[in-house]
Amino acid sequence: MSIPLKTMPLSELPAGEHACVMALDFGRGISARLTTLGFTPGAELTMIQNYGHGPLVVTIRDTRIALGRREAQSILIQRKPNDNVL
Amino acid sequence: MTTYYDHSTFHPDFLTKGKDITIALAGQPNMGKSTLFNLFTGLNQHVGNWTGKTVEKREGTFQSHHRNIHLIDLPGTYSLTANSPEEVIAREYILQEKPDLVIAVVSAANLERSLYLVSELIALPIPLIVALNMVDVAKMEGIEVNAAVLEAALGVPVVPVVATHAHSARNLLNVLEENIQNNFSNLNPNIPEIRADHREVLQEIKSLIQDSLPAEYPAYWAATKMLEGDSEIEKLVKNCLTPEQWQTVASILKEHDDSYLAIASGRYDWIGRMIRAAVHRPRAGQISVTDQLDRWATHPIIGLVFLAAVLGLVFWLTFAIGAPLQDWLDSAVIAPLGEWAGMQLVDAPVWLNGLIVDGIIGGVGAVLTFLPIIIIFFAIFGLLEDVGYMARAAYVMDNFMHWMGLHGKSFLPLFLGFGCNVPAVMGARVIESYPARILTILLAPLIPCTARMAVVAFLAPAFFGKQAGLVTWGLILFSLAILVISGVILNRILFKGERTAFIMELPLYHIPNLRSTALLVWQRSLSFIRKAGTLILMMSLVVWALSVLPGGDLESSYLARIGNLFAPIGKWMGLDWRLTVALLTSFFAKENSIATLGVLFSSSEESGLTQTLAATYSTATGLSFLVVSLLFIPCAATVAVIHQETGSWKWTLVNILLMLVLSIGTASGVYALANLIGL
Repeated sequence: MSIPLKTMPLSELPAGEHACVMALDFGRGISARLTTLGFTPGAELTMIQNYGHGPLVVTIRDTRIALGRREAQSILIQRKPNDNVL
Repeated sequence: MTTYYDHSTFHPDFLTKGKDITIALAGQPNMGKSTLFNLFTGLNQHVGNWTGKTVEKREGTFQSHHRNIHLIDLPGTYSLTANSPEEVIAREYILQEKPDLVIAVVSAANLERSLYLVSELIALPIPLIVALNMVDVAKMEGIEVNAAVLEAALGVPVVPVVATHAHSARNLLNVLEENIQNNFSNLNPNIPEIRADHREVLQEIKSLIQDSLPAEYPAYWAATKMLEGDSEIEKLVKNCLTPEQWQTVASILKEHDDSYLAIASGRYDWIGRMIRAAVHRPRAGQISVTDQLDRWATHPIIGLVFLAAVLGLVFWLTFAIGAPLQDWLDSAVIAPLGEWAGMQLVDAPVWLNGLIVDGIIGGVGAVLTFLPIIIIFFAIFGLLEDVGYMARAAYVMDNFMHWMGLHGKSFLPLFLGFGCNVPAVMGARVIESYPARILTILLAPLIPCTARMAVVAFLAPAFFGKQAGLVTWGLILFSLAILVISGVILNRILFKGERTAFIMELPLYHIPNLRSTALLVWQRSLSFIRKAGTLILMMSLVVWALSVLPGGDLESSYLARIGNLFAPIGKWMGLDWRLTVALLTSFFAKENSIATLGVLFSSSEESGLTQTLAATYSTATGLSFLVVSLLFIPCAATVAVIHQETGSWKWTLVNILLMLVLSIGTASGVYALANLIGL
């Protein structure tokens, strides 16, 4: 599987930024749960809260989802340009 | 066109079915499904368990348009794939019990995600009506949904409802009746298709399995589920096929082991088409109420402070309202009842008098006095859950719980344990992963419940006088420290440090529904009372019998003999046989140990007892007894629910042994240490 260069783990996305889900790097069980909740490749999400440690909150498909940091590290995303930030 | 399904078989013949129909209520969590269920059935509902599972089953009946309607509340599930027992229950019910109709509850506030379950339900051979709930909450979030447009897209009726308003329920029932009258002939469901690149393989699997499957499983559905990686359906299909056929199917599945992504994407593409014209956001970009509240409630520091304040309030309410009520129940109801029964039985044989007054009224009565505290706990927690705060509490506690290999969701069941360990063990149901659920249950009895606090509050002044408050506080912190250490160690040895994934929805905040909360409290209290009337009654009779047989007095009873048997172990902790017996009777109900000491020192007056105890035992013995009382094996009621919730005697025994080792070990250590420093 080729991953584009700009791809990064969801855990590194700062609060307020938008991104696209690229891939899920889990076993099938957790991946299936996450895709059901809307984490499908191409889905857009917004980071609501990320303090750099501990769990974080994202909004995806109008739903707020809390994720453990470990889970967020295994979700690969592509950051989208944000109007407010450089 | 690919036709997955022949819809002519969809229409059940309602006209020949008579008047009674069965409806299954399906929906994802946090969609207000239970509120709708309560609105329809009120007190006319029955709560039990699904056969062989610890998942709650709620069903009820009501009348509409001269019809008896039997309503089944399916467990809240995000999908119908076998990720959890709830999902298996929901789909097995629909496929095997074949309700006449499924009502899917979706939320207008997060329509996209909530239609995911609909995308699965709509493909099943049962008529479907969609109840569009939370229209009011959506409006607050700046979202408007046009039900008619959505209905046209889905091809099944979509009825907007506000589950807290009776008239919207009537609306739903009218639509239901209309559709029954015309035999659901207007249904023209728009079925989602798998992504184009997987259509061929789906057809291939379907044709391989369709002749061998049991009739209730549609072949296309089973094929889709297998591509989604559903292990339950794989097992089922494997048993239906010859080994050669299965080989072919298995190799196809192996080749496409990422197809669950194609299926989920296909469903979300379909959802995208369904809602495109139906959803409007007139005030896009506004900061919603939930966002504003969450800035504080989920903040890593302010959130914790807020949580501490909420929990403080819970404690305060429990003790300010619950404790006086408990005392009142004890002194104004249970004690007079015992006296009255004693008077009535004055001519009866002594054993019968003892059986009824001490065994039944004394035993079951003592447990029932905890009802006010349990009701208050359930009511507050029910309200906080309904508002949407509970998920935030779990979120801010997640970091801390990780030390024990648990995550945030285990925090609330454990906190419930301060009221009573029974709901704490039952509350562990919300945790999806089995190891995390077992660990939470194992740790729950380490939370000092109100009954144990009562014992400590009574005995601490006897040994520590003015320092009693400080000692009590220290003892509680001490048992919590033991809990954390046990959690860390148990996680290492029993579950090999395995960590469970923390994935949790934070629902939108909304105004709580008092009716729903009241019903919840009513059902929980009822089940507690039922338990008091059966299992606790039995246990209390056994303990009572042991305490009077064979001679009729405690000093020479079997219980005393057991106490003497354990006296050598008691010696490690500095306890004599009387304290050991008191500890043993606490198995039935924690506060029993005081009653037992009262009997053994034959002084019923409480002030007399504290003085006697202070004169009889050293401070070191007192401290050791307090420690072992806090950590001793869970009470009978807790043991019963541990068995019920784990479904295993093995884990029940592990839990008892764990508490036994912990309590005796730490109390012996504390006793030795206290002697060393000369207490």
